Amino acid sequence: MSVANLTVPTVSHAVSAGDLVDKITIQNLDFFYGDNRALKNINISLYQGKVTAFIGPSGCGKSTLLRILNRMYDLYPHQRATGTVRLDNENILSSSQDVNLLRAKVGMVFQKPTPFPMTIYENIAFGIRLYERLPQSELDARVENALQRAALWNEVKDKLGASGLSLSGGQQQRLCIARTVAVRPEVILFDEPCSALDPISTAKIEELIDELKDDYTIAIVTHNMQQAARVSDFTAFMYLGELVEFGDTTKIFTTPNDKRTQDYITGRFG
Amino acid sequence: MAMSEHTAKAFDTDLQDLARLVAEMGGLAEKAISDSVTALADRDAKLAQQVVTADAAIDILQREIEEKAILTIARRQPMAVDLREIVGALRVSNDLERIGDLAKNIGKRVVALGGDFRAPTVLRGVESMAELVLSALKNVLDAYARRDVTQAMEVWKGDEEIDAVNNSLFRELLTYMMEDPRNITFCTHLLFCSKNIERMGDHATNIAETVYYMVEGFPPAGERPKGDTTALTAVPFPG
Repeated sequence: MSVANLTVPTVSHAVSAGDLVDKITIQNLDFFYGDNRALKNINISLYQGKVTAFIGPSGCGKSTLLRILNRMYDLYPHQRATGTVRLDNENILSSSQDVNLLRAKVGMVFQKPTPFPMTIYENIAFGIRLYERLPQSELDARVENALQRAALWNEVKDKLGASGLSLSGGQQQRLCIARTVAVRPEVILFDEPCSALDPISTAKIEELIDELKDDYTIAIVTHNMQQAARVSDFTAFMYLGELVEFGDTTKIFTTPNDKRTQDYITGRFG
Repeated sequence: MAMSEHTAKAFDTDLQDLARLVAEMGGLAEKAISDSVTALADRDAKLAQQVVTADAAIDILQREIEEKAILTIARRQPMAVDLREIVGALRVSNDLERIGDLAKNIGKRVVALGGDFRAPTVLRGVESMAELVLSALKNVLDAYARRDVTQAMEVWKGDEEIDAVNNSLFRELLTYMMEDPRNITFCTHLLFCSKNIERMGDHATNIAETVYYMVEGFPPAGERPKGDTTALTAVPFPG
């Protein structure tokens, strides 16, 4: 497909200056897996203190986009991104970007909970120690605070020495969120965080996202349309590597502008 | 409506069933209007009684639509146009149910009047108003079935004419009552009948607004042209 017939995404919300602050600004972003162009000229902003949901059928590029935001793709050869992705006006795609520092600022929670095979306490403390050297009492406080923020503290406070793997799936996922929060990131990326969880655990994670958004900028990839409608302020619909429509979540799920968005969210294709 | 099918075909069936029930209810409401006014014009107490009895069928359909709509929302979590379609069916069925009630009320009044019928010329005014309302309802139900915004908006604007007929009937009936107090019972019933018919017209415009909302996703802009002046008093409202 040539650049000429790419879709210009419909921006269906009025961004009034002053209301929204760009935390991440993506401009003319292309991404390649070898020769395969997986993202095509993406332009979008993630706003400070807002939750942005990415929806679209499998293979549309939404997870790829998320993986660019903390340079996860760096781990693999033959993958490259062009264009600019600015985090607070700093291009994180530039070769001078310290990737470890970036990943401290931009945390990520994955589809499957990935606790480390160590104690609950160590799961949290481990990450903090990578970036900071703290006295024990302060470290304890940080671990407790992270577990509190992830709404897990009450369930684990009496067994901090137990293995992280002994927790239930939903608890493990909240442990991973606590681990992410512990290093005090500015942006949190959620890649289908609830797809392996039961409805109650899902509700807890969603409640958590709602509480976290005041302090962080959040991006979430989800296949669950209702979840996107519930937790996000803005929604981006992607299809075949393009950003088709981006706008207020209420608008996208009630009166989307693009027919492809409408067909997708109403279950007519995808 | 040029809308592709859902991946889950049962969802399409659910929506089609809802639209079919609304159409069925619309047919019954049309018949109720036409029968009630015929009963009034022909002084036919038997037909009037039938209108009163037949209203139960409309009520049953409304409950059926409500249950089906709630079940579909619970089961399918509809979004965007699908959600509006279901909300639309709920709203339209409410309006049709009210139209049925108003027709039933006319039927009751015909029965109550018994042989006390006067001034047949006024009845013709009521009949012609009923014709306008009936055609408005037919058109708006057609617009609903075809998701036709233009046709719906024609009904929306046309309500002014119905209001105007109601105003002139109101004045005419007042004159008869002043002329001869023996006309009062009959004319009062007729006043209510004409107000009922005028209200039916309002429900038709509600349906027109719903059709607009279903298609566009937002209500029609601006104030609907209104012509009912019978509520305007010579004394200004306080405040």
